[in-house]
Parts: sequence; C-alpha cells; structure tokens
Amino acid sequence: MSTGKRIRVGFIPLADATALIVAVDKGFTAEEGIDVELVREVSWSNVRDKLNIGLFDAAHLLAPVAIASSLGLGHVKVPIITAFGLGLNGNAITVSPALHAAMKDAADGDLTDPMVSARALARVVMDRRARGEEPLTFGMTFPYSTHNYQLRFWMAAGGVDPDQDVRLIVLPPPYMVESLANKHVDAFCVGAPWNSVAVDLGIGHILHFVSEILQRAAEKVLAVRARWAEDHPDVFRRLVRAHGRAAEFVEDVNNREEVAAILSAPDRIAVAPEVIRRTLDGRLKVSPDGTYRESDRYLLVGRNGAARPDPVQAAWLYAQMVRWGQALLSAEGLAEAKTTFRPDLYDEILGPQPDLPPSAPADRVGAFTGPAFDPDNIAAHLDGWKIRRR
Amino acid sequence: MDLSLKIVIVDESPVRSAILEEGLREAGFTDVIRIAETQNLLARIYKIDPDVILIDLENPSRDVLEQMFQVSRIVKRPIAMFVDQSDTASIQASVDAGVASYIVDGLKKERIKYILDTCISRFNAFAKLQDELDRTKNALEERKVIDRAKGILMSAKKLTEDEAYALLRTTAMKENKKIAEIAQSVITTAEMLR
Repeated sequence: MSTGKRIRVGFIPLADATALIVAVDKGFTAEEGIDVELVREVSWSNVRDKLNIGLFDAAHLLAPVAIASSLGLGHVKVPIITAFGLGLNGNAITVSPALHAAMKDAADGDLTDPMVSARALARVVMDRRARGEEPLTFGMTFPYSTHNYQLRFWMAAGGVDPDQDVRLIVLPPPYMVESLANKHVDAFCVGAPWNSVAVDLGIGHILHFVSEILQRAAEKVLAVRARWAEDHPDVFRRLVRAHGRAAEFVEDVNNREEVAAILSAPDRIAVAPEVIRRTLDGRLKVSPDGTYRESDRYLLVGRNGAARPDPVQAAWLYAQMVRWGQALLSAEGLAEAKTTFRPDLYDEILGPQPDLPPSAPADRVGAFTGPAFDPDNIAAHLDGWKIRRR
Repeated sequence: MDLSLKIVIVDESPVRSAILEEGLREAGFTDVIRIAETQNLLARIYKIDPDVILIDLENPSRDVLEQMFQVSRIVKRPIAMFVDQSDTASIQASVDAGVASYIVDGLKKERIKYILDTCISRFNAFAKLQDELDRTKNALEERKVIDRAKGILMSAKKLTEDEAYALLRTTAMKENKKIAEIAQSVITTAEMLR
C-alpha cells in the first residue's frame, strides 16, 4: 500500500518539531504507506531554500517564513501552504542575571506581568542611555519569526522602540546560550530547549513564556509548496494524516516519556529527555535558584485546536510584517498570507473539527494589551500602536 | 570581469575556504577576505563592506546574513542570489555544492558569474576530496576489522589465512552482507565468548 517514492522533510532541532519527528519515528508515516526521510538542517534559510527549490517535499518551518515565501518577501516568491500547524507558542524570553536584577529594581510590580516587565525594560533602557552605556542587545532567530514579533510587541507596549532603543539581532538557536554567557547578548527569545539550557547553566532567567504575551501564536507549520500539494494529493493527505495521529499521541500525557525519549535521539533534538519533558508539560525551571513556573498553554501541539491552521493567525503575522516595515499593507498581500493557512484542507483530511474551545480568546490571538486584533481592518488596528514603522 | 570586487568568504572549514580563495586569486581577484569565526559576524561584514559574500550552507550563521535585508541604515544592501526568479539551474547547482551567495544590490549578475562558477566548482572539488578521504578512512577501518576476524578464525578453527578469508567471504555472500559486517560480527561474538 506504499506510495513508492521517498519524501524528504527538513527540520530544525527544536521541540516544536515534535509532531513531525513522532509521525516518522513512531511509524505513523510508515503506517500511512509513505517513506519519509527526516533531514536535520542548520538554518531557516536552508530549510526555506531547499523547500522552495524542491530538494525538500515538506518542512518544519517558521509560520512567518511560510507567509513571507508566499508573498515573495526577501527572496524568491514560492507559494507555500500548510494544512497542519506544528504548534502554538513554545518560545520564551530569557534575560541575563544582570538584566534581570536591573529590571527587578526598576519594576513597579510583579515582573511576571508582561506590562510591568515591559515598563521596567523601558526604565532600564533610559537609565543606560543616561549613563552613556551601550544599548541592550536582544537575540532572536530570524527576521521573519514569531520570536522577532513577540519581542517587538512586548517591548513596544512598554514604550521601547525595538529599532531605536535596543539592538535586535539574529542568532542561530544553538548559539543563543553561548552568546548570553559571553555577554554578546543581554536577552533572547527562542524556542525550547534553549531557554531551559540557559537556566540550567545558571546564566539566564526565563522572564516570560511567550504565551503570556499572546495566548495563541502560530509558531511552526508543516509547510509544502502549493504546487507540490496539487501534484501529489495522495501523498500529501497521508502525510497530514500521520501528523494528526502523531499530535494526538504527543498530547496523551501517558505517552510523554516515550515522546521525550524519541526526541532526545542524537540525530533529532539531541538534548536530555528530561529537558524536553519540561517543555511538553509546560512546567519550566525559570530561575537558576530552582523556581518553577507552569502554563497550560506553554506549547500546544495538538490540543485546543492548535494544529488546525487559523487564517486569523496568518493575518496577525502579516500585520506584524507591516507594522515593522517588512511588508507594505495591501489587500492582495493579506489575502495571500491568509490562504497560506488552509483549515479547509485540514478539515477535509482529518475530519471536521469543532471551533476553538470557549477558553480561547475572542479575537483568537489574545494579546496581553491593546485592542482586540481585527484581521479585516489591519490598517486601523496598526494605527492604534504608537511605536511602528508603518 | 571586474577584478576589483571585494569578496568575503564565510566558512568554518579553513581548508575549503583556502581552496576557494586560491581559485579566486588565480583568476586575478585580489580583494578576498576569509572569515572563519562567526561571532559578531554582521558587524565584521559591515566593516569590510564587501560586494560579494559567499557562505557555506552548513553554517548556521546564514540566518544572520538574512538580517542584512532588514537593516536600512547600511549603505550597501546585499541581496541573496536566490532572489533571481529566472535562474533556477544556478540556484540548484549552488545548493548542491553547498554554498550560498549574496551580492550587493545593483551589481549585474554577469559581472559575478565567474566568481559563482569558481565557487561552485571549488566547493564540489572539496566535497569530492572529502568523500575520497572518508572512503579511504573507511576502507582502512574495514581492513583492520577483517584482519582481526581472520586472526580469530585462524586460531579458533585452525585455518590458514586464505581459508579464514574464504570463510568470511562465502558467509558474506550467503547472507548478502559485506565482508566487513561479517568480520565485525565474528569479533563481537568472540568478545562475548571470551
């Protein structure tokens, strides 16, 4: 019942590749009759380019990169679609002990409140400027990344201009921890396991789970070329179906130990199973002193409608591209961004799904501050923000 | 050909970047700078202010270079070669060879075609060398394993060296495996029985 040809799927070793890795290594893809080779990559640029030129059939990809590719921002325009989201949220903002102490001194409340922390950051930034010190440097993973937008959204809410008041630099995830240790950066926003690695080494404090900044943010997607999906409808369906089963398997708490063991393999994520377990459970050590923090939405792989691509999420990401000057606002751009996310295909392949649970935010994004997101009036929505490049 | 172009090679493999630099210098390019250390990569590149940047695809810092498209403050704006929609063949050749190139906006592609071709052929040559080296190493390893297995068989079954090798070979053929694999299982078994 095999479809014959082997398909190649690229991924970056991060915890949000879980559904993909489990789909293959637990044998769900084989049971669907498809032969999948997972290819570990070192950069998002490589994943994007290899997907675009056809060296990969599918990829674990940053949701904003999938949209940027469909829009032709910064590189070749190749329409990408996703019928399966690999996860919501899952990133965290980690700061150096020195910055953490400075923010604590400057805070007028509990630093776990993102508005308090953003204002504290603004004061630290002003103090540094007054003393003639270098601006703070924040690391993030890619220009078109949720990490970039989450950091910007958070600090701008406190009055910090991410382009003027601090330096925002791209750093490959495996270099984050080292860069924090040698003071090349003061903070970073990255996915698991790197925040936990920094805390375990005693060189960082997890300041926020990004799920505290936005309740729901599409993080990575199972991306394919729109053309490939059209040319290989059967293989595509099987691939998505295997992912549906994998996500269900991952979300069953009884399977967590096995999942963590699968992911920890040297050719997969290659970190201790216990560190991956923390991510899946949403219970993270946030400080070298052993403080833990918990969230039931730290990383959502399949539960609460996380895997079903939501065009509102795509619109939110597109709005961030516009807000920070990466894209010009246009009706066509918005439409192209939204059609990158295909809930219709998800429903067709995995069966009709109930809409989001009642606990989900009404605007389907749930930012910690500001007006509700309106995908139908992005211009007005963005005009509501003081700090913007548009 | 514009020999005055300033070229930066970002590659953590000093041997490969040396091979590439040599190729470019042979062609007459004099302004070639190699960067092996990727700490503060962007700042270094801005300081050098190159016309062409070449980076190996195994380098995670490729993502750092993508940020160059975002920063409006710098004078020269590099663009990825992959931006050119029409030229899929050269993109393919480039990715196959394992290298990405970025050029300053406005620079005509014909002006740097020679550089890219050199880059691709030198990267391919390096990969071939690496491959040969790996194969030689493997062959040596296999030789050692087979020699050990022969020794074990010779003393355990009182065989001559030729007979021991013949036994390994016929077993390998029967089981449809490589001689080295059979030899390895002989060694493993012998160790377990010791």
